[in-house]
Amino acid sequence: MKAKKLFVNILISAIALGAAKADEMMINGAGASFPAPVYQMWSYLYTKSQKAAKINYQSIGSGAGLNQLKSETIDFAGSDNPLSLEKQKELSLRQFPMLTGGVVVIANIPNVKSGELKLDRNTLANIFLGKIKNWNDAEIAKLNPRLRLPDLPISVVHRSDSSGTTFIFTNYLSKISRDWKENVGEGSSVKWPTGIGGQKNPGVCNNVKKISGSIGYTEYTYALEAKLACASLENAEGKFVEPNLKTFSAAVESASWADAKGFYMVLTNQAGENSYPIMGVTYILFPENCGAEKKSEMFKYFNWCFNSGKTNAEKLGYVPIPESVVKLIRDEIFK
Amino acid sequence: MKISTDFIFKKACRLCAFAVPIFISAFFVQLAVSSSEAWKVFGLDFIVSGEWNPVSEKFGALNAIIGTLITTLIALSASLPLAFALALFIADAPEIMAKPLAHAIDLLASIPSVIYGMWGLFVICPIMQNIVQPFLIETLHFGKIPFFGTQGNGFGFLTAGLILAVMVLPYICAVMRDVFKMTPPMLREAAFGIGCTRFETAKDIVVKYGKRGILGGIFIGLGRALGETMAVLFVIGNFMGPPASLMGSGTTIASTIANNFAEADGLHKSALFALGLILLAMSLLIQAVSQYCLNKTDANSN
Repeated sequence: MKAKKLFVNILISAIALGAAKADEMMINGAGASFPAPVYQMWSYLYTKSQKAAKINYQSIGSGAGLNQLKSETIDFAGSDNPLSLEKQKELSLRQFPMLTGGVVVIANIPNVKSGELKLDRNTLANIFLGKIKNWNDAEIAKLNPRLRLPDLPISVVHRSDSSGTTFIFTNYLSKISRDWKENVGEGSSVKWPTGIGGQKNPGVCNNVKKISGSIGYTEYTYALEAKLACASLENAEGKFVEPNLKTFSAAVESASWADAKGFYMVLTNQAGENSYPIMGVTYILFPENCGAEKKSEMFKYFNWCFNSGKTNAEKLGYVPIPESVVKLIRDEIFK
Repeated sequence: MKISTDFIFKKACRLCAFAVPIFISAFFVQLAVSSSEAWKVFGLDFIVSGEWNPVSEKFGALNAIIGTLITTLIALSASLPLAFALALFIADAPEIMAKPLAHAIDLLASIPSVIYGMWGLFVICPIMQNIVQPFLIETLHFGKIPFFGTQGNGFGFLTAGLILAVMVLPYICAVMRDVFKMTPPMLREAAFGIGCTRFETAKDIVVKYGKRGILGGIFIGLGRALGETMAVLFVIGNFMGPPASLMGSGTTIASTIANNFAEADGLHKSALFALGLILLAMSLLIQAVSQYCLNKTDANSN
């Protein structure tokens, strides 16, 4: 009897709490999984520290986010696949960049540590094309005279779901390899010539960790978290660069944002000696006419992200947008 | 008063009964409408083409269909003998042994498929890569048989099929067990009475009597293995190309849909709906065949 009373009390207070919370504004976002670790941390910190709207971000994938935005179930979408200015106008959406991050090539070769394996543009493309099949291949050995590479078949691991990370990676491969461009092409999911698929970034990391002799690509944070060995890649200037925040920032800064119409920018294969070649920009999209009150709350949040969210983003391995670009966004979007 | 409850009861039951065919046909219509774009663009080529290229928007279901059939076949051929032996044993074993065994098998059925997938990924895949595949290829020289293939990385049809086998085992076993149990004790005692051994009794009486159960079990297992998604998704390798070998990676209809659905758009999405329609049609076909077979055995036993 007592238990029943207690239960009823709890139920009533829960309902009351829910009612009290209801007049707080909720802003729902969803989309890209690439920046999701940062967005989730930001919305937690923002809700905790500011007396403002409650932000909620769900990582469901870039394309899915855009679909949800079109059907008006969410207030903003995260996407790694930028829309051109014409497309933005057609859908009456606005788009601006929020973060940049590196897509790293991860490999599981016995006794090879992070940064030790060097791959030039040709070799990287040929491995993912399935043309180089074994780690003892002469082309890899030539690039890595100091490494003792085993006689081990190469297992390529890619994403099985469609994803912005795949778009960034295949966009880069299309830029550096004609063979890739003609036979596979770029997109958030492509017809992979070889390999096995893993679900989302953690799935790829997991498969690479499981399979000896495997190679895959993933967002930098996930590789750090899974403690996987990243490869050094050859950039547009022919220099080998390790993936880290310094080489990421070098690539972001070398881009010419002022010329990018509607902030459409693909950051792969950027010039600059220290630039890491496979960088992605992740965007926020929101509908042009979504109500003034909601809009101002959203801008308040995004402004907070640009101001106070930087250090947290860097801690997670992402590179914030340069100050000059933030100014552009404030002038053009948040006006 | 009595009449009115009766009336309501009857109407409610009728409503529930008719809801099922309505749902099924609604499914068919929905899938057909949503996939119409793909059928219009590709026609029946969709079924016989193995191309799956989201970049150039060319889609074909053949690889997924073959993958589904291969995994299902492996699953059934691995689980049928096991389920059969288990069911025979349980039907004949003393209560004290049969009960816990039966419960244990039923428990297998209640494990969520995602758990089977994780188990496959973390436990079975490494075992397949390091022990089973080298043993099959190097020790038994199975690699020389066409389509058996070369050393893989643990992912692929064989692994997926074996995990499916464990998953469908309880369903097949439960049906067989129930039917074997229904063998009239008089028949069995009579068999023992004329000097039959246990093996002969099982072979000539229990199995003959339980033919329907065996068939029913096979079809239930088939239906279950065809549509299983999560567990297969983890271990099949999700490679959309043509299947190269049993130990190579591939895909199934259900896992293709699960992988691509969230992000698909336009023709891509329509192609996925078309895959769904094919899967539903395959299940329907199996249902029809099973009904036909069951009716036939019925006629024979009479």
